[in-house]
Amino acid sequence: MSEMNNEALLVADKITRRFGGLVANQDVCVNLYRGKVHVLLGPNGAGKSTCINMLSGDLPPSDGKILLLGKDITGLTAAQRSQVGIGRSYQRTNIFPKFSVLENVRLAAQSRRQQPWRIFSKAMEQQWALEKARACIEEAGLGKKVDWVSGVLSHGEQRQLEIAMVLATDAQVMLLDEPLAGMGSDESAKMVEVLKRLKPTRAILLVEHDMDAVFAVADTITVMVNGQVLESGPPAQIKASVAVQQAYLGSEDSFHV
Amino acid sequence: MNAQLFLKLAAVAILACVPLTGESFYTELLAKTLVLAIFAMSLDLLVGFTGLVSFGHAAYFGVAAYAVAQLSPKYEAASLWVVLPASVGLSALVALVVGLFVLRTKGIYFIMVTLAFAQLAFFVFHDTPLGGGSDGIYLNVKPSAEIAGWVPFDLDNQTHLYYFILAMLIAVYAFLGRILQSPFGRVLVGIKSNEHRMQSMGYPTFWYKLAAFGLAGGLAGVAGFLYAVVFGFVTPELLSWHQSGNVLLMVILGGMGNLVGAIAGAFVFTGMQEVFATWSKHWQLIMGGVIVAAVLFLPGGLAAIPGRIKRSLQGGGSNE
Repeated sequence: MSEMNNEALLVADKITRRFGGLVANQDVCVNLYRGKVHVLLGPNGAGKSTCINMLSGDLPPSDGKILLLGKDITGLTAAQRSQVGIGRSYQRTNIFPKFSVLENVRLAAQSRRQQPWRIFSKAMEQQWALEKARACIEEAGLGKKVDWVSGVLSHGEQRQLEIAMVLATDAQVMLLDEPLAGMGSDESAKMVEVLKRLKPTRAILLVEHDMDAVFAVADTITVMVNGQVLESGPPAQIKASVAVQQAYLGSEDSFHV
Repeated sequence: MNAQLFLKLAAVAILACVPLTGESFYTELLAKTLVLAIFAMSLDLLVGFTGLVSFGHAAYFGVAAYAVAQLSPKYEAASLWVVLPASVGLSALVALVVGLFVLRTKGIYFIMVTLAFAQLAFFVFHDTPLGGGSDGIYLNVKPSAEIAGWVPFDLDNQTHLYYFILAMLIAVYAFLGRILQSPFGRVLVGIKSNEHRMQSMGYPTFWYKLAAFGLAGGLAGVAGFLYAVVFGFVTPELLSWHQSGNVLLMVILGGMGNLVGAIAGAFVFTGMQEVFATWSKHWQLIMGGVIVAAVLFLPGGLAAIPGRIKRSLQGGGSNE
């Protein structure tokens, strides 16, 4: 970690998750730094989503600790983790399909100042939330679809919407589970641009299979196999690793960067 | 939009004319229907807007009804301004306590656990001195609206009582409509649509649901209070699962997630009850058939009818 001189924002310290006899994650360590994109690679079933679920609070770890700026947050619920600045998107699109794009993101923005007791104020008159939502929609590249019902958007646009929702919660740590899955090449390229724009001010953990995208944005790559970290390091090291090539990349034709 | 407002005002105007006919029977029937409409709206907050299918909502209706009867002195009038808030508050409180337990479950378990708690409440009133047994208890003297010697209206007067109930219906409708537009209301609708996502966006959804459950319990209490005042006696039947089921059917019939639908559901339900009961002893059989048909052929409930008519008219136009 010598090249990293700033403190890690989020640290997963030997987190383990067991489902009965199955060990989905064993002693996984991940450090996320502001301004860096950390990519989790691995074949299906390697435990990447389990890892993200533990970091986001959707799953409690069976063992190990999660630290945010040195503070232990292992016991926090998903909602509490969102409040301390950890935001996530899901592998399978997870939005409010009947709501407009604006309402999806406005709800995300409202979560920062909930004021549930103000039952006689009108949500649509809270200008700060609306402005924030519009800005995040713009930043995620969905500016032209603000008033669309989100359920009718294309798959790629729904993924962009998810990013906008994460942005609207002021997430400092973004956990993005396959944001490019199922996207066409145009949509992928747009999303990579969005990721590059977001990168300088945030710590990003990215689970992704699209190798072109991975090598375009990654600062660090961690390769997981069977729930364990096989190797972790800068992209060049991973690319050169014999173990990684054998375990995962060797059979992949897509690996020619 | 203005057409909608006009229709609502027209409906209120028609309802307001009913006591002028002098038909005591119909006035009482409509008073009862309006009370059930309030009850149905309170449940719709849970079922239609928050996605919580409670099968024990009669408990909160019944608690408030019993509260009026128990809080009123035997041969004197209690003050409306004391017993109304007290019984509504008690219903809300009971709902909050029950909510602490039942909201830890989801889906079918939630339905069953809410039913279990309602049955518990039923037997508390049925089997202990608190409820006066299966015969129930009488509310001998209706609460008085007197404020320092001035009596703005008299609940003993059927017409006054009717208008009081109509005013409460409008108040509850406006209150719920307003709440649903608030940030709190938007969160409830978000929870119905995708609770998991709401949590990952930082909403402590349990507490929001608890607030909704308490609120719905309190509003069911408003209905229960009015019911006790209209009929002058309360029985454990008010808390029975039939009552919980009936109000759920009103909400489903009217179209979940639509306050006007809930009101319409209460009207159609009571109307069918009255009509079918004159046809046959087995009126519940006919009623069941109608409800099954309504769910099959009108999935959005009565509230979906205007949209359907509009669409079929537009559809007809565009075919030419």
